[in-house]
Amino acid sequence: MLDNLQLLFVWAPIINIQVILEGIFVGAVFALSAYGLALVWGVMNIKNLAQGDFVIMGGYLALALSSANIPLPLILLIVIAFMFVYGWGVYVLMIRRILDQDMFVSLLATFGLSLLMQQVMNLIFGPEVQTIDMELPNWDLFDNMVTIPSSKVISLGLAAVIATAVVIFMKKSRAGQAIRATAQDPRAARVLGIDTDKVYAFTFAFNSALCGAAGVLVSIIWVIQPFYGITYSVRSFAIVTAAGLGNLPGVISAAFGIGLFEKYVGMIIGTAYEVAAPVSILVMVLIWRQISMKRNRQVVR
Amino acid sequence: MIKKNTLITYGGLALFGVFGPILFPDYTLSIAYLWMMVLMASTWDILGGQMGYNSLGNITFFGAGMYISAIVQISMFYDGGMAEYTSAMGSIKPEFTDTEYFNGLYLGIICAGVAALLISLIFSTFMFGLRGPYFAIGSLGLAIAAAELTITMDYVGGASGISMPLFPGDIEFRSTFFYILCFVLAIIAHFLLRWLYSTQFGLAINAIRDDEDKAEAMGIPTLIYKQIGWGIAAFFMGCIGAIAGNMAGFIDKEVAYPIPTFGIFMVAMVLLGGKGTLWGPVLGAIIFHVIKETTWTYLLNLQWVALGLILIINIVYFQQGLMGWLQTKYPEMFGIVVDESQKSAKSEAK
Amino acid sequence: MKMRALMTVAGVCALATASAITPAVAKVDGDTIILGSSISLTGKYATNGLHTQRGYDFAVKTINDAGGVKVGGKSYKLAVTYYDDESTPARGAQLAERLIQQDGVEYMLGPYSSGMTKAIAPVSEKFGVPMVEAEGASRSLFTQGYKYLFAVLSTSEQYLATAVDMAAASTSDPKSIKVAMAFEGDPFSMDVRAGVIDKLNEYGMKTVIDDQLPADLSDMSTTLTKVKALKPDILIISGHSKGAATAARQIDEMKVNVPMIAMTHCEAAKVHEKFPKTATGFLCPTQWVETLSKSDPMFGSAADWNANFKKAYPSYSSVPYQSAQASAAVYVWKEAFEAANSFDKDTVRDAISKVEMETFYGDIKFSENGNNIAKPMFMRQIGSDAKYSLVETFKDMTFPRNVSY
Repeated sequence: MLDNLQLLFVWAPIINIQVILEGIFVGAVFALSAYGLALVWGVMNIKNLAQGDFVIMGGYLALALSSANIPLPLILLIVIAFMFVYGWGVYVLMIRRILDQDMFVSLLATFGLSLLMQQVMNLIFGPEVQTIDMELPNWDLFDNMVTIPSSKVISLGLAAVIATAVVIFMKKSRAGQAIRATAQDPRAARVLGIDTDKVYAFTFAFNSALCGAAGVLVSIIWVIQPFYGITYSVRSFAIVTAAGLGNLPGVISAAFGIGLFEKYVGMIIGTAYEVAAPVSILVMVLIWRQISMKRNRQVVR
Repeated sequence: MIKKNTLITYGGLALFGVFGPILFPDYTLSIAYLWMMVLMASTWDILGGQMGYNSLGNITFFGAGMYISAIVQISMFYDGGMAEYTSAMGSIKPEFTDTEYFNGLYLGIICAGVAALLISLIFSTFMFGLRGPYFAIGSLGLAIAAAELTITMDYVGGASGISMPLFPGDIEFRSTFFYILCFVLAIIAHFLLRWLYSTQFGLAINAIRDDEDKAEAMGIPTLIYKQIGWGIAAFFMGCIGAIAGNMAGFIDKEVAYPIPTFGIFMVAMVLLGGKGTLWGPVLGAIIFHVIKETTWTYLLNLQWVALGLILIINIVYFQQGLMGWLQTKYPEMFGIVVDESQKSAKSEAK
Repeated sequence: MKMRALMTVAGVCALATASAITPAVAKVDGDTIILGSSISLTGKYATNGLHTQRGYDFAVKTINDAGGVKVGGKSYKLAVTYYDDESTPARGAQLAERLIQQDGVEYMLGPYSSGMTKAIAPVSEKFGVPMVEAEGASRSLFTQGYKYLFAVLSTSEQYLATAVDMAAASTSDPKSIKVAMAFEGDPFSMDVRAGVIDKLNEYGMKTVIDDQLPADLSDMSTTLTKVKALKPDILIISGHSKGAATAARQIDEMKVNVPMIAMTHCEAAKVHEKFPKTATGFLCPTQWVETLSKSDPMFGSAADWNANFKKAYPSYSSVPYQSAQASAAVYVWKEAFEAANSFDKDTVRDAISKVEMETFYGDIKFSENGNNIAKPMFMRQIGSDAKYSLVETFKDMTFPRNVSY
């Protein structure tokens, strides 16, 4: 551990840049799926444990499309459209029926969905680890101490574009306003003539599309396997719990923060702790929030 | 006062428990797992059903118990000590005498239970300020963190796991022995809970579930009740973890912290049977186990699809549990008990 | 309350019925010999579980097509009962018990991975059911004194030890060599690591990185960042197919320039196919090579087996050794049945222990502890044409790796 610290800060401080960049790439992808989760959670009080499986599903769709030699922007659009429709279908078939139930019902129902999706993907695509190789150049800086794969830069750019589009959409469009109104007070929204059922369906489908987009990015910068979804779900929950519901800037900064934390933990203490890092940050945030609430004799709800 | 019907149920279960393994000796361990699941579901329901705190982290105690009993069993009678045993990665095979083995095992089980109880007390100091989803996710976080940290500890074998001491007796006796342990533990837990729910404790934790703030305002020391509730669950999970570790013969992170399987199954079982009742978890566990074993046998490759579908259908369409659904759908099937059972179903649904 | 009582009793009855109607497959059913195996079809070992299952299925089909197994002058067909152990040891042990007790299986084929075998071996041992396994390589399996466990493969400490030998041969001063290691946290990789560490100590090499990869890590960039900063002379990676694929992908992306890279499971992860450019120069240990000059009357030569297997499963461009050794395990069963000329499991067990044969997979002869001592491990290097070539000593290999990213 001391060696690692020395390495980072004395021997080769330049690799900090690499670690920070990796943290940012990780954060960007997770920001998308975490924002989707926050949206669904905030608007319709559904905690979607299948979040990660939506991501992986997007990845597999991208994989299938890329083997047909379709260019990346088109892949992204097709996957987003397909996942939107899929999300709508899931809403109609199951989410609609568990809307008014307590939170555990949604956790378990979506856990069932997660099992189902994993297995169906396993049956269709096989259990192999797969990846899309875009054959894009990788740039190196500082005498090859820092490498930046252009695929990661592209996906960072795409994530930024998607996030901006989401912000504008939520602020300006009618549908976005309806979603925010419903999140604030569903009854008032209904009274004012908003079809809340449609808003819910739209929100869930929108989340699914966001996850699909994240999945496309994952499949071009990392590897995917049918059983990887749970990692993404857990991290999305960690980010949302740390950031609170419904604010995109909070989610993005939490995502970057957790991404960086994870990479530095991996670097300093060891990769063995990299998976435990976001989880421990989640637990720590919960404890810290609890302590600060306790002063006012309140609890974390 | 025990009603006649309850007696019949107990009689049926006791008959099955005693004669099941005798009539179907090949299924002894399968039925032992059934009792294990009954125990898991029943103890989960203390918090989840009766107290309204949905924990996804009870499996932490299961894993902790498993490892602690392994440490006790090995370091007590193996002269080289635990570190030497695990660093050899299973190439050391100590010869325990019968007395050594059984004493180690019993002590291991008790230590596992007590240690799990203590761990739950430590956790409870910072976990019970969390409510609703935050408690569920926080406790899940604990379980994942515990599992990830276990594989970095060389003392308990790290990622290589621990080969448990071999059972000295022959194979039939081994199955029967572990069967009895599971069965007895499940019975103890059941009657303890039955008694607890009938005391003030039961009322207090129900009050916490219904409205914790009011309960506290009424002067109920909620934290203590919550700690006791979780502590009991932790104790039993620790004990059953110790037994499960010895039944499996080899333990590692996957065996000790089966978060996506048993960790979730125990909740699913309770929801299947109907939560917040004494019998719901028992019934849920039995049905779940039967479904699981059947799909695992007949639907190879599709068993998880089947399980996912069952979970979704169960939760989306039969939210009152199977019993509640049957009651409302076919009241005539239950003859004269209709009114009474509907009443109780309503009060349980709260 | 009455209803609840009824329901409980109904549930119990349902359980009892379900138990009673589970098919009790006899060990020998008519003219079919039933082998049993719990194999990972889902979960983290699923890729290699599938390779293994295909190896078993292919061998069973070949043997059946060639007339089956002759015992007592009668021909019997082979069949395998599979269960999915979900890559979890507890489930594996439970399923082994079910195979033996409920399905009446008396002849077992092994699961995939050392961890699973560690969980299952005590069960088959307790029941005295012989198990011929092809995928559990951990040394510790063969120090337990198991009498009913036989493995056709070489043990895991041999996997990457040769790579260290080669690194030592690359310089006049082995002590100056800096080693970076990344091993997944599972029993197999830990055993591989133990073998590597023994070698490192022998040469007095310096370990600069020793990382343990979490089982569900899909990103090992931190380890590789350290590798780039510390510039080791050799990078050693083990983490089943998932680890190999992830490593290859990121070594490419981060332009890791280590003169020597050795990793397990190259073929199983198809790194030569998916990352042909980066994989150039990787050292890959293998239990079996298709160019091996061994043969047997059933499968022909190693090349024949390879060609026929590819015909049966066209998705392979290079067949992983996991499938080959799985086929060999089935073949051992055939030989043992015929040698024993009996279905008594203890007679067959003794026959297995006496098996001494040449197969397409190499020679098979079991030591007293059950591991195959007649077969060496091989080391291959991936060439720039994405083909594997055998390297026996340092002289045969291309050093340093010649890659331009």
